[in-house]
Amino acid sequence: MATKKTEIKNATTPEKIEDAKSRMSTISTVHGDHYKTFLTEKYKNRPKWQKPNPKEFYSLIPGTVIKIYIEEGQKVKSGDLMMVLEAMKMKNKIYFSMDGVVKKIHIEENQKIPKGHLMIELK
Amino acid sequence: MSLKRKILELQKKREKVLQGGGEKAIEKQVAMGKMTARERIITLLDENSFHEYDLFVEHEARDFDMDKKTLHGDGVIIGTGTIYGAPICIYAQDFTVAGGSLGLMHARKITKIMDHAMKMRVPIIGINDSGGARIQEGVNSLAGYGEIFYRNTIASGVIPQISVILGPCAGGAVYSPALTDFVFVVDKISKMFITGPEVIKTVLGEEISMEDLGGARVHSEITGNAHFFAESEIECFDQIKKLITYIPWNNSQKALAFEPKAPKIDQYKIDEIVPGNPKEPYDVRDVVRALTDDSDFFEIHELWAANIVIGFGRLDGQTVGFVCNQPLVLAGVLDVDSSDKAGRFIRYCNAFQIPLVTLVDLPGYLPGVDQEHAGVIRHGAKILYAYSEATVPKITVILRKAYGGGYIAMNSRHLNADFVFAWPGAEIAVMGPEGAANIIFRKEIMEAEDPEKMRKQKVKEYKEKFANPYVAAAKGYVDSVIEPEETRKLLLHAIEVSKNKVDRKPIKKHGIPPF
Repeated sequence: MATKKTEIKNATTPEKIEDAKSRMSTISTVHGDHYKTFLTEKYKNRPKWQKPNPKEFYSLIPGTVIKIYIEEGQKVKSGDLMMVLEAMKMKNKIYFSMDGVVKKIHIEENQKIPKGHLMIELK
Repeated sequence: MSLKRKILELQKKREKVLQGGGEKAIEKQVAMGKMTARERIITLLDENSFHEYDLFVEHEARDFDMDKKTLHGDGVIIGTGTIYGAPICIYAQDFTVAGGSLGLMHARKITKIMDHAMKMRVPIIGINDSGGARIQEGVNSLAGYGEIFYRNTIASGVIPQISVILGPCAGGAVYSPALTDFVFVVDKISKMFITGPEVIKTVLGEEISMEDLGGARVHSEITGNAHFFAESEIECFDQIKKLITYIPWNNSQKALAFEPKAPKIDQYKIDEIVPGNPKEPYDVRDVVRALTDDSDFFEIHELWAANIVIGFGRLDGQTVGFVCNQPLVLAGVLDVDSSDKAGRFIRYCNAFQIPLVTLVDLPGYLPGVDQEHAGVIRHGAKILYAYSEATVPKITVILRKAYGGGYIAMNSRHLNADFVFAWPGAEIAVMGPEGAANIIFRKEIMEAEDPEKMRKQKVKEYKEKFANPYVAAAKGYVDSVIEPEETRKLLLHAIEVSKNKVDRKPIKKHGIPPF
């Protein structure tokens, strides 16, 4: 993070800009035009989008896994109870939103998981 | 008892309270690299100008053995003083007294000085250094916070409100700074967050330091919660003092005018800063400095969303707010953060009668899934809303590129700008020449014997015909195509003739801006 401040601070006056160009990146904006410019750390660290897989179930909130009601290989139906996740002082019941067979369980009871953690995969 | 003895008694009482949390607590404060609350106020304000009130206020808490505890001043100092002669109301939380924790009387003192600032129509400065709510006082401390937030909101746009974070400011307490106009932070001293590292560790099992979670750098570079970053408390106070010189005391006055000064034209040669090729970067702040009195530019949010530059400068002694695309960073695009940053600043200037000068050079909005999903539509709309509703003099100078939606957003004539000037190198068009030629001449390019040659030729044709300021000038969207050297003269003139501007919008309770 510290580099950004110095980069931006130092790059002033046309001569210094020439000098700073070697440290710049190229950015594509609308309609594929390319520009030489500094990137911000926030831009460099922006989340990359991935197509969601409906058979993978991720946690929507950080919390503790209280109980898991299914086993690997088990057939499940939409509406079946998957687990209880305690988060924000609430015991949240998590249900399946589709039919399938449990391929893999990535969590254990009493495990603390962050938001966006892969919990269950269906075949 | 004679009056003399009574005076002596007063002096003794004062002395006792002025010790704050006592020697040990003060030693601790100093060991953390922090000044004490009183030192801070005295350093910030004009010499001998500070007068303190509510020195003898005491808390009324009875539970948890609180009745046996004396908390000097209840952990906060309030008073009035001046900065360069400008009247100021100020409060500073005293971390040496019960960790600066906020109880009922502590909050009462703060709301009292806020109410005073509102009555007197003078700026209020709050120095935050507090462990948070005083748990022993329970719901009373929550009430205290709420009463502060309410006043922050009511005072918003009436008097300048400045928050200085010189220690922890956590949980609900962060909302007071968030509601104020300008937030100042100091490296390694300021810490702001809603839920601290402890809670995050308990809930998530993740370990993060206070600094990485909500330190000064985080809020100056990533979140945008802080407007000014300083390496030390002294530097921070200098920044506050400088800010005070640019802004009016309240919304019914103008900022004090200074002695007019010429820009340093030897250092900032206005016709040499901007390269002819629209894809070449430069530092737009140099253009600002080539225009302002004494080439002085006081930048706000320097480290956050640096693809747009905002701040104050003076033209002929008068404060002006600058909003400029910055080709040096992310090619100067508009995105979620830069729209947020500019939108709020435009509204600030409008609320406090500060004319706006907009320098335009942007390729448009930033493409990307992350931007779309972060709501660039809603955030981008803030800039349009802010410009459209602003009734202060609004002057635009198009330095180079002004493409598509970005052109409209940057205080175009269509959003009711008062003056729109363009430099001869300006390209005002629906999009960049390459993109436009590819779409318009798609068939010709595809069917040509040598498509690449045809493409180049068509791009050239388009550039010659449309990549200039004259198409827009022919419709009156640009008032005047000017030489860079003429810019300052025209800005001074535009502000001069806008002094009696009247722009009455329909009467309404308030608009519904996209926030």
